[in-house]
Parts: sequence; C-alpha cells; structure tokens
Amino acid sequence: MPAPSRWAIRAALVYLLLGFTAGAVLLAAKGGLGSVPWRVLHPLHIEWLLVGWTAQLTMGVAYWIFPRVSLRRDVSGSPRMVWLAFAMLNVGIWLAGIGAIAPRPLEGTVTLLGRLCEVSAAVVFARVMWPRVRPGLAQM
Amino acid sequence: MPPLTRWYVRLSFTYLVLALVASTAGAAQQPLGLPGWVAALGPVAVHLFVVGWITQMIFGVAYWMFPRRSAAMPRGDPAPAVATLALLNAGLLLRIVAEPWHATRPSSLTGGMLVASAMAQWLAGVWWVVMMWPRVKER
Repeated sequence: MPAPSRWAIRAALVYLLLGFTAGAVLLAAKGGLGSVPWRVLHPLHIEWLLVGWTAQLTMGVAYWIFPRVSLRRDVSGSPRMVWLAFAMLNVGIWLAGIGAIAPRPLEGTVTLLGRLCEVSAAVVFARVMWPRVRPGLAQM
Repeated sequence: MPPLTRWYVRLSFTYLVLALVASTAGAAQQPLGLPGWVAALGPVAVHLFVVGWITQMIFGVAYWMFPRRSAAMPRGDPAPAVATLALLNAGLLLRIVAEPWHATRPSSLTGGMLVASAMAQWLAGVWWVVMMWPRVKER
C-alpha cells in the first residue's frame, strides 16, 4: 500500500471515529440523553462521514489497487498530485465543517471555500486516476 | 473471502433492500394513506443505506483485502471482528424499531432503545478502527 493511500485511509478512519461519535451523541440526545446543538453537530456528522470517511477511503483504496502499469508505460500517476488532492480534500472538509458552524456573515463564504477545495481535490484525483482505469497486465 | 466478510457483505445487501423499501414506504405514506409512523422512516432509510449498506460493505471488504497483520494471524484476533459485526447490526436493528416508534409515541423505553442503539453503533465503529489501524501498512 503506497504512502498516499496509507495517509488517506488513516485519515478516513479518524473521520469514521469523529462521524460515529457525532452520530451517537445526536441519536442519544434524540433518545433523551442530554441536549446537543443540533445545528452545529448534524452538518459535521454528515461531512465527516460522507466526504471524510466514505469518499476519502474510496480514493485511498483506489490509488492503492487500480492497475499501475500498461504495456507501454507506467501510469501510476504523479504522487505529488495525489498528495495535493488529499491535502485539498482535508482542508475542504474542515472549511466546510467550520462554515456550517460559523456565525452568519461568514457561514456562506467559508462553506463555499471548503466546497471549492473539495471540488479541486476531486478534479485532481480524477485526472491522476483516469489513465489507471484500464485492464491489468494479466488481462492483456 | 473469509467467513466474517461473507456475513458483512450478505447483511449489507439485505440493508440495501431494506433501505430502499423504507424509502419507498415513506414516499407512499401520503398517497396510499399508510399509518403515520411510516412517515418517520426517513432517517431510518438514510442510516440503513449509509451505515447498513455502504459502511458495512466497506467493513467487510476491508477486513478481507487490507494487508495482513501477521503470518500467524493474518486478520488479527477474530473475536473483536465478530463483536463489531454484532454490535453494528444490533445497533441498526434497535434503531429501525425505536426511531419511528419514538417519533410517534415517545417514552422512556423508546428513548432508552435509541441510546442503546447509539452506544452499540459507536462501539462497533471504535472497535473496527482499533482492529484495522495496524493493517494500514505498506505490505
């Protein structure tokens, strides 16, 4: 498993813990165990689990297992660009999360910045991975 | 594919079907005049899909495919892995029953079931991360 995958998968595991913890607090509060700032915790729960956990884990595993070599050349992609994609994704997750809990005038701007980082991460990652969507050497 | 993965994957398919049935029932509640508690199935449907289907499929496949922990115990101690499967599914099943019930007729029983569901799913997540963390390695 290459280093970018290890970091992305470990980050995804941390987001799984954060997201499950937020979800458990929200569900327990629904059951009457304490009260929580729903407006704050609910968007964070969704962001951490959908983007931080599910999307990041998928990206990390894809970078690890997709075919790397074609008959003519190495298509594994620039590790620098993959690091950039994972960095932007994580900055985006935190900006989008902070945006959801920021005071009113800042809320929209911070969330938008976060989403732009996430979109950029997705574009860079897709660009790196595109040539790797191919038959493996064993199938050629 | 190890036996535990087969359980995870089969259960995840079951939750996919249940999630879509719950979602369809929610959509049919008003047009077909179904009972009021059916309208409260929205959050259940979402969590059946995201936790029961997606997360459980990931848990099972990662348990199978991630680099091996050691030659002697390739996937580590199987007991925590079985406990994770049991806790995740017990938590989800409790939620399926308790959440619509609590939405229409809240009581200390339904509230307690929701708290128990939250704790079971949280423990499953924590346990799974602790179990898988050492397997995120180069080879």
